[in-house]
Amino acid sequence: MREASVRLVLVLTPAGQVLAQSGFSRAVDVMSAAALAAAIVASTAELARQLQQPPFAALSHQGPKHGFFLASFTAERGSLAVLAVYDLDVSSLGLVQLFYEQLAAELKAASPKGTVAKQVLAADFERELTDSLNTLFGR
Amino acid sequence: MSTALDLITRVRGVRGAMLVSADDGIVVAEQLMEGIKGSAVAALAASLAGRLRRAMEAAGTGASVFWHLQGEQGALLVVPGGKASEGAGGGAGILVVAVAEPDVNIGLVRLELLRAAEAFI
Repeated sequence: MREASVRLVLVLTPAGQVLAQSGFSRAVDVMSAAALAAAIVASTAELARQLQQPPFAALSHQGPKHGFFLASFTAERGSLAVLAVYDLDVSSLGLVQLFYEQLAAELKAASPKGTVAKQVLAADFERELTDSLNTLFGR
Repeated sequence: MSTALDLITRVRGVRGAMLVSADDGIVVAEQLMEGIKGSAVAALAASLAGRLRRAMEAAGTGASVFWHLQGEQGALLVVPGGKASEGAGGGAGILVVAVAEPDVNIGLVRLELLRAAEAFI
């Protein structure tokens, strides 16, 4: 993040569950960004499916001052997505892509191998949902 | 584009040449020998170009026309072409980048880089 001069970074699952974040100051911002990023990943995956091609590897948007980069990769335990927001003054798409590739390689290497993913239980889901709603509404 | 790169890579000691988008740090065209990570060189060279441009503006020296970074095992030579050599907000410019052996004829490479850059003005 420091080397790419990125302002915000989010590592999430395609379902929108946040695994790591940097640069966000409020939990609500993280959750909103994760939900929106997951929606974009799902939309582009469906668009690729309709075009009968493999899912898009990365998506980039640039405004006058900031750009965002959203890419997903497949690790041992499933797909992960990375959202990065950067200032165009101090960083660039090429720089973000470069350090994203390093991050993706390191996450793939760190991912536990040879284990079966645990079934998500209804009890866990309800607890996580309640925690998220409590955070969202400040309770 | 490939003709411009051909002229640069034809110089003895040049291991590769690239046209890089100065704003994005993305490779536009490349002719590189094996072992050179084109996308990494492009991203980092564009980042360096942006910082150098600001440093030179602050120093009041005007826009850079050529830079040469000499390493122990090679050299990186860059000419900002098009609007990349202009000040902040110069917009979509091109960097002409050469990766060379340490004992390359710098003057000759510089000449070819400048010629290639002129094509993008």
